Amino acid sequence: MKTQNVIEVENLSKLFGDFTAVNQISFHVKAGEIFGFLGANGAGKTTAMKMLIGISSPSSGKATVAGFDVYKQTESIKKNIGYMSQKFALYDDLTVKENITFFGGIYGLSKKQIDQKRCELVEELGLQEVTNSLVTSLPLGWKQKLAFSVSLLHEPKIVFLDEPTGGVDPITRRQFWELIYKAAHNGTTIFVTTHYMDEAEYCDRVSIMVNGKIEALDTPKKLKEQYKTDTMNDVFLKLARG
Amino acid sequence: MKRFVGFVRKEFYHIFRDRRSLFILFGMPIAQILLFGFAITNEINNVDIAILDQANDVTSKEIINKIASSKHFSIVDIIQQESSIESIFKKGKVKAVLQFENNFGRHLIKEKQATVQILTDATDPNMANTISNYITSILKNYQHELNNAVSIDYQIVPQSRMVYNAELKSVYMFVPGVMTVILMLVSAMMTSISITREKEQGTMEILLVSPLKPFQVIIGKVFPYIFLSVINAVVIVLLSIFIFNVPVKGSLFLLGFESILFIITSLALGILISTISATQQTAMMISLMGLMLPTILLSGFIFPISSMPLPLQVISNIIPAKWFIIIVKGIMLKGVDIVFLLKETLILFAMTLLFMGISVKKYKIRLE
Repeated sequence: MKTQNVIEVENLSKLFGDFTAVNQISFHVKAGEIFGFLGANGAGKTTAMKMLIGISSPSSGKATVAGFDVYKQTESIKKNIGYMSQKFALYDDLTVKENITFFGGIYGLSKKQIDQKRCELVEELGLQEVTNSLVTSLPLGWKQKLAFSVSLLHEPKIVFLDEPTGGVDPITRRQFWELIYKAAHNGTTIFVTTHYMDEAEYCDRVSIMVNGKIEALDTPKKLKEQYKTDTMNDVFLKLARG
Repeated sequence: MKRFVGFVRKEFYHIFRDRRSLFILFGMPIAQILLFGFAITNEINNVDIAILDQANDVTSKEIINKIASSKHFSIVDIIQQESSIESIFKKGKVKAVLQFENNFGRHLIKEKQATVQILTDATDPNMANTISNYITSILKNYQHELNNAVSIDYQIVPQSRMVYNAELKSVYMFVPGVMTVILMLVSAMMTSISITREKEQGTMEILLVSPLKPFQVIIGKVFPYIFLSVINAVVIVLLSIFIFNVPVKGSLFLLGFESILFIITSLALGILISTISATQQTAMMISLMGLMLPTILLSGFIFPISSMPLPLQVISNIIPAKWFIIIVKGIMLKGVDIVFLLKETLILFAMTLLFMGISVKKYKIRLE
């Protein structure tokens, strides 16, 4: 049996008035894959992502996420995905424990499930000392890892990461990617946008968006061969500069 | 339901951990009501007055002595002619002038009627009214004593006249006004700030991506403020009853119902503000400038609407606070029931629906 596709996108477009933010993009993401969604600022990747996570309605085209239609079944999509934005988006004035309880709660986890998840998570990230500290007192890297783990609390099929490593030092980024690998290893599909080209190397496959269109889509290795360069950064520069 | 409880609990954590909002929530109502209460108290003490005694006889002297010995007034000037009244007022030296007519005592005995004129500086209308009442009562006392001592029925007829503000229409009752301002502040400003804070922090996005529906998010956010606003309303009413002896003549139940309606109107306004502002600061500015100022200035709280120029009178109609103040005054001071407040209640209700409708529409546009 062929690996199942968890995201299928066909000719998806989004128009704001006369401006075409996303122009007929088509791709699919396989279950358990780490899919890098690359592009310069304003290339349309955030808009495309918003359509997939069900908070923005497409202008035309077809797309399913976790088997659900992005036009009609956004509620079902939301139950099956996790999301982490570039702002990390935990509540600073709540403790680690309270944040976990809250986010577990809004995804409908029972108290028992939340307690169990919390113990696992705290142990895995080594947060025993700070479970009752306010999130605001944690270092940035910890907050980020915590935010990622929180987005996985309800065991989503797919987790969408919108520039998750913005503004973090390289070592922390490296550690963060270890978490991503671990989640992927456990069967979660990872859909990640980034503008750090070294991170693109960590992905199974990457797509590169330029001006609303997907200009390239393949494994990092094949893309580098195709564009005859050594780094993804050069691939990106060649594409972006036309 | 469980999700909702979790959401509301989180909201309370936000409120109780933020000293600033906690202060606004509970400090302000008490501070405001005490401030307004004592500032507009009806007690007067040691008010400076002047005397113009054109009679200069035994009777007038006796009355002047009585006034001088009361703790309410101190006589700071004795003036000799009527023409100095104007200038003494203009200097602001005294709040009132007491003028005895010529042959005051003789008129009193012979004609059984004599005139004292009480002139008050009504730039401060409440004060003027109170002074006039106090002096009148001292005169009445004196008259009473006189009648007991002698069997003839003497009569002093005080004639009071307000100068500078003849109408004296701002009989303002601070409790309804303060209550309105506080509920507006807590409900509209605090909710708009707390919703925009989620936007600013990026958590709103997370909530929208979660299975929670947008209206659940909004209800979860405003619910704690309904609760807190009701507590505030109760505190204000209790303070006004027990500290300032303001009566609640009408039904407490009706007062509660109308307060909740007004709270919801304000919350709807707060939600509307949050849909049009991207940052907490914008939300706060819009709330302060767009809501608080009109609420204080155009609602009839401090300045009577009847004496505003026509355009402002028209504008005052779109201010929810105006209608709520009418309702609260009606219930607390006049003791009227719902039948007489139907129009105001319906207006508030319609405004609430309108604000909510616009918010939903704006919200959808933003999501697009």
